[in-house]
Amino acid sequence: MPIKSVIEAVREAMYEEMTRDPRVFVLGEDVGKRGGVFLATQGFLEAFGEARVIDTPLAESAIAGIALGAALQGQRPIAEIEFADFVWPAVNQVIGEAARLRYGSRGQAHLPMVVRMPYGGGIRGGLYHSQSVEAFFAHVPGLKVVTPATPYDAKGLLKAAIRDEDPVVFLEHKKTYRLVRGEVPAEEYVLPIGVADVKREGTTLTCITYGLMLHYCLEAAQTVAQEGISVEVIDLRTVRPLDTQAILDSVRKTSRALVVYEDNKMLGVGAEVAAVIAEEAFDSLDAPVTRLAGPEVPAMPFAPTLESVFMLNPEKIAEGMRKVARY
Amino acid sequence: MPTPRTSGGAERFELNAGRLDLSPEDMLEMYSTMVLVRALDERIWLMNRQGKAAIVASCQGHEAAQLGAVWAMRQAPSAAYFPYYRDMALAIGLGVTPKETMLGFLAKEGERHSGARQFGLQGIRPDLKLFNNSNVVSTQIPHAVGYALGCKLSREPAAVITCFGDGGASQGDCHEGMNFAAVHKLPVIFFCENNRYAISVPLHKQMAVEHVADRAPGYGMAGVIVDGTDILATYQATQKAVQRALRGEGPTLLEAKVERYLPHTSDDDDTRYRPREEVQEARKHDPLRLFRELLLGKGILTEALDQRFQQQAKAEVNEATEFAEQAPYPEPDDFYEHVYGRV
Ligand SMILES: Cc1ncc(C[n+]2csc(CCOP(=O)(O)OP(=O)(O)O)c2C)c(N)n1
Ligand SMILES: [Mg+2]
Repeated sequence: MPIKSVIEAVREAMYEEMTRDPRVFVLGEDVGKRGGVFLATQGFLEAFGEARVIDTPLAESAIAGIALGAALQGQRPIAEIEFADFVWPAVNQVIGEAARLRYGSRGQAHLPMVVRMPYGGGIRGGLYHSQSVEAFFAHVPGLKVVTPATPYDAKGLLKAAIRDEDPVVFLEHKKTYRLVRGEVPAEEYVLPIGVADVKREGTTLTCITYGLMLHYCLEAAQTVAQEGISVEVIDLRTVRPLDTQAILDSVRKTSRALVVYEDNKMLGVGAEVAAVIAEEAFDSLDAPVTRLAGPEVPAMPFAPTLESVFMLNPEKIAEGMRKVARY
Repeated sequence: MPTPRTSGGAERFELNAGRLDLSPEDMLEMYSTMVLVRALDERIWLMNRQGKAAIVASCQGHEAAQLGAVWAMRQAPSAAYFPYYRDMALAIGLGVTPKETMLGFLAKEGERHSGARQFGLQGIRPDLKLFNNSNVVSTQIPHAVGYALGCKLSREPAAVITCFGDGGASQGDCHEGMNFAAVHKLPVIFFCENNRYAISVPLHKQMAVEHVADRAPGYGMAGVIVDGTDILATYQATQKAVQRALRGEGPTLLEAKVERYLPHTSDDDDTRYRPREEVQEARKHDPLRLFRELLLGKGILTEALDQRFQQQAKAEVNEATEFAEQAPYPEPDDFYEHVYGRV
């Protein structure tokens, strides 16, 4: 199978869908000649022309709102927000409007639209190029929030997002873009949104994670395996809808759970996962469900010495795994 | 003589040399500051290429606009500044030192704007009333308007300037801030540094009009266009806007036409979207060279003096670089501090 990077997988998914369906188009800042700041749409302008590859004015609320309007008309827009840190003006359109349109019209209309954005840190991006935004969107019924970690998942899930009949917030961890490479089938495939994936099987404890942290968790699992701790690593892949079955099946097997996420700990995805386990699998537990997550500061600082305090890494995660295993 | 205007109603500002209130010494100070800014900017870019500065947005091509504006702003009894990420010349003109700047770009201990929590020059300098709060495009515009509202409420005679690019002019925050300022006749100078690009997006995809300042009449405020590669013209145009603000006549949308020679930031590759000939052409409007030639022509600057300025700038930038390179990264001991105030 060909080996691809995450950014290549993202690019291929959009390219194939735009080739397949003339209603699919992209809009966002610098998506045209520049091919996107991360080159997600490199070559698109040449392939599909200016009408379907729209360099927008610098206004995120318009990018999302116009995508919504085009979706209402029957198109299938992919809106790119250049960095997740800049999505806030568009929240009014995505959360305020898009999430509620189907419900608020009693199903008379719906929005096949995708809002893609690079998120996450560890790249010296400082306060405004490192934010994790998934919890804000995942709070809202009406949106789907996808957070792939590998090239295979990114491609299959982005294709699913583009074909979905409801608005999908598609979050790509920017540190994985070039760092993470993996096999991507040459043949056409689509992965279902809302299904988690066991990325490593184990028996001592279940580690539930997504995004860049998946890779750190796999590394940590490798480390502690030598100490006799067998970690099952679950990649959520989608944080809404949440694959509670996959989480519960694994926790019932291992009796221990560690949730790992880069975002701020309080009220993050891990809080929901922990609550689901506590509600549904309390009797199976041999240890408190534990969260390992970002610190309670509003964003990731720039200086390397500060950034590394914010970011989890395989060593910190391995330590977390040992604690839960020993409890 | 009637004021020359665009078809959209903005004033095309032209320097009135007879009214220029700058002495030869003033002009030399402006010039030597510009020399310093250029040397510093080039060094920071180099530091990025050496892997020492994570990211930088160069102000090359914008120096005359920023320094002209700050020189005029400094004359206000009270002035506050809400710049954007490309405003290093403004910061230096206001009194931020090369050392402080270099500490910021290398993210070292002692950095004064954010304690190296943010990119170089992002953050706040209350001592200078310099609020470079974030690098999110155009969020600073309503902040400036709110600050000006505060000045009005407290009857503080002040002028507030906020800077943004041609791309920044598209944000809702820009429209909303301008409208409020015009309604309340607030002492704000909306200073648009129009370099005709927002990263790769050219002006004609950003707006269907040629001039940002043509929007001013629609808000009910003065709109002025100035050649931002001409420091004296920008100074005088800003001075008029400051005076208008201080007289209580409300805001001005002042558009400085400038050039960007370099990629958007050190992370960008402009060969993907910008023809080289266009960059060559832009370089013909180098504000530093233009000012140098002007001052040499007037006999205010001599080759010898210019040499001295260049050497001084180089020495100062060298010193700043060595200082910042030797400084440690910040210790994370206050990592959890300043999320809230202490109770
Ligand atoms: C709200 C927001 N959206 C997107 C970005 C990413 N971004 C940074 S600078 C920039 C272009 C700005 O262009 P312009 O306003 O013309 O200023 P210039 O850089 O040309 O001086 C973009 C899109 C951002 N920082 N903030
Ligand atoms: Mg610009």
